[in-house]
Amino acid sequence: MEVGQLQRSFVEYMTSLFREGFLDAQFSQLQQLQDDSNPDFVVEVVSLFFEDSERLLNDLTMALDQPNVDFKQVDAHVHQLKGSSSSVGAQRVKNCCVPFRNCCEEQNTEACLRCLQQIKQEYLLVKNKLQTLFELEQQIVAAGGAIPMVQ
Amino acid sequence: MMNIGSGSLVSVPSCTGSWKSGDVVSDQFPVGLRVLVVDDDPTCLRILEKMLRNCHYEVTKCNRAEIALSLLRENKNGFDIVISDVHMPDMDGFKLLEHIGLEMDLPVIMMSADDSKDVVMKGVTHGAYDYLIKPVRIEALKNIWQHVVRKKKHEWKDNNYDQSGSVEEGDRQQKASEDGDYSSSANEGNCKNNKKRKEEEEEADERDDASALKKPRVVWSVELHQQFVQAVHQLGIDKAVPKKILELMNVPGLTRENVASHLQKYRLYLRRLSGVSQHQNGLNNSFMGRPDAAFGIISNLNGLDLQAIAAAGQIPAQSLATLQAAALGRSAAKSAIPMPLVDQRNLFSFENSKLKYPEGQHQLQLNNSNKQTDLLHGIPTNMELKQLANLHNPSESFVGMNMQVNSTTQHNNSLLMRMSQSQPRAQMLNGANNGSQVSRLPLSMQQSLSSEGIPGAVPAQSGIVDNAHGSVYNPVSQASSMVDFSVNQSKELQSYNFSLGSNSSGMSTMTNRGMLHEEVNSDIKGSRGFPSNYDIFNELQPKSHNWSLQNVFSTFDASHHASIQGTQGVSSQLLLQQGISSTHNSEQNRNVPIGKPMYSNGEQSGHSNPMGGPQLNSVGGNMLAVKAERFPDADYQSTIFPVQFGQDDLMSAFLKQQGSVEPVETEFGFDGYTLDNLPV
Repeated sequence: MEVGQLQRSFVEYMTSLFREGFLDAQFSQLQQLQDDSNPDFVVEVVSLFFEDSERLLNDLTMALDQPNVDFKQVDAHVHQLKGSSSSVGAQRVKNCCVPFRNCCEEQNTEACLRCLQQIKQEYLLVKNKLQTLFELEQQIVAAGGAIPMVQ
Repeated sequence: MMNIGSGSLVSVPSCTGSWKSGDVVSDQFPVGLRVLVVDDDPTCLRILEKMLRNCHYEVTKCNRAEIALSLLRENKNGFDIVISDVHMPDMDGFKLLEHIGLEMDLPVIMMSADDSKDVVMKGVTHGAYDYLIKPVRIEALKNIWQHVVRKKKHEWKDNNYDQSGSVEEGDRQQKASEDGDYSSSANEGNCKNNKKRKEEEEEADERDDASALKKPRVVWSVELHQQFVQAVHQLGIDKAVPKKILELMNVPGLTRENVASHLQKYRLYLRRLSGVSQHQNGLNNSFMGRPDAAFGIISNLNGLDLQAIAAAGQIPAQSLATLQAAALGRSAAKSAIPMPLVDQRNLFSFENSKLKYPEGQHQLQLNNSNKQTDLLHGIPTNMELKQLANLHNPSESFVGMNMQVNSTTQHNNSLLMRMSQSQPRAQMLNGANNGSQVSRLPLSMQQSLSSEGIPGAVPAQSGIVDNAHGSVYNPVSQASSMVDFSVNQSKELQSYNFSLGSNSSGMSTMTNRGMLHEEVNSDIKGSRGFPSNYDIFNELQPKSHNWSLQNVFSTFDASHHASIQGTQGVSSQLLLQQGISSTHNSEQNRNVPIGKPMYSNGEQSGHSNPMGGPQLNSVGGNMLAVKAERFPDADYQSTIFPVQFGQDDLMSAFLKQQGSVEPVETEFGFDGYTLDNLPV
């Protein structure tokens, strides 16, 4: 594919991610932080986010799987997930955290499990989307083009 | 805060080397601002790092609070500001905030994804300079430099105040001592204090004109603090909001802001208390554990002495409280100035005597302190009150304490009375005055400190005091060291000390103090948590390390001397003054690394305070100062002094209170640093 086309696809894709709420303004902030001294900053941060989230989701699964659920611990994990997802701009993931925390407060295991399920789904979705985005970026760069900025 | 360039701890407040309000920043500021960012979330940490770098700041990132603390401790001047997450697995962000405030006195910005009101409020009450909600935007980070400047400016003012004598306590004491006639009588103290007051007021006025940021300092005398504590208890600690407290207290001229900052400190102090009980073990432990206590003790004693003692953990909370109350009360009663020295002396003697005592005593003290801790908890109201009061008025209390102690019994009674323990205190003082039982002092102190009264202690105290002259120094030193810690410990210590004093006999306090001393260094800065409102602390805290030390020491010294000397009001004063001066100078200070409680200075000054000199002079108030920077080498003093000094000082303080005691001969008489001879 030629560069122009790739770039247009990229812009379209990025715009849709914002429109559909997968990403928010914070992601743009990350993009703005990227510069020549840190050319892979966004990828780096998002990778950290993936690692961290997967770990947290695992921890959450285990915690909710206990006979006596430690809701404080669960809440702590969700809180952290909220923090990291909001920092990268993964808006839908972040939005799942709020009801999740409420369920923890109510100490409702069933509700928590449902929240966990939902958050996992959102996480996988945004992960997928971001990976697609990065691939597009790589293709653009490989084709010799510059990555367009999308607000 | 950036102590740029201020190397010695004892530097004169005015020239801390770090920024002065006028200095402002370099042309490039805030470029190069040294930020330490702490967050267990790797994603956020990386993002913050990048954002801060983009702001041209020098960033160090850290994912564990413990590591952050050790980084800060190793590099006292290595950072200008800290940004920390609230929720961290290894340590609560607020706890870290407290530590930093106490030990390093750096501005701390909290951040969290949690934007609920109570968490944000917690940040405020813990003294966070700002609270950022995640996700943090770079725009929010761009302006964090303002907190550094603001803080420095404030400290500069405080320092300057101190220097020019505007500091309530320090100045007063200094002046008093400078006056030269240190008669142990309260009158003199009063006169001196009055004089100082005027001078201070004048200076303050000048300062006001000079600096727009100047805030009138509220000296939290024992009385005032007691009123405060009563109000708080009446409302219930959870419901105690500054506005209501202010209303209940009904003190003309007191602002909601004053109350708010005092409340903040008080809360920290309470928090420390609960944490302290765990640390009873060893001087050091107790010291660390109870920064409040120590602090409280020191400040109370003469603000400082008591606290130091308390901090030492050795002084039973009640005793401490009493002492503190006495000290504070005295100051309050009297006019607070003249007495400080005297009280201090008493305190010192008390403490000294304690210190002097060998392990056994310390053990006693330790035990006591342990008890105290418990007591403290058990008797929160009184002790806390007292301590808090003491804390708040490091200078004041310190002075007050000393004064009280030294001054006649009536002072003692007044102060002591205030405190729940007051009675025992009086007794203690009396006993101390008797002086013959030096060795018993610590014990007696302890006993006396305990709520039941200070019957036992008194005699011992006096004994110590009497004997102290020569030996006093040593104990004093210890006491001072202890005190130093207390002072340094920052407000918390003070408050804590307060309780300690009240609860247990002075001995325990002393012990704690010793430990405190060592620990103080690290905790001194704690007070950062209390921004400016906390007059005593804030003001005392010099920007530079030295200043803090000075203050602390000064106060301590003063008290210390007082205690040692007996009631030589003068000496105390001298000590105080000297302490202050010494702090400036390095002679005393040595140890006082920054936060060292004034006590140590006090002792040293007269005696060879290992601590570092200037401690006392700065007057209890300096406890805050101590905080500023922890003395890097507090070790000198801390080890020896803390323990000893505290006791002696405490004893002295007690003795002084008794009024009778004082034979104290004027050990303090020498020009201020009677403690020189103290074998540290």
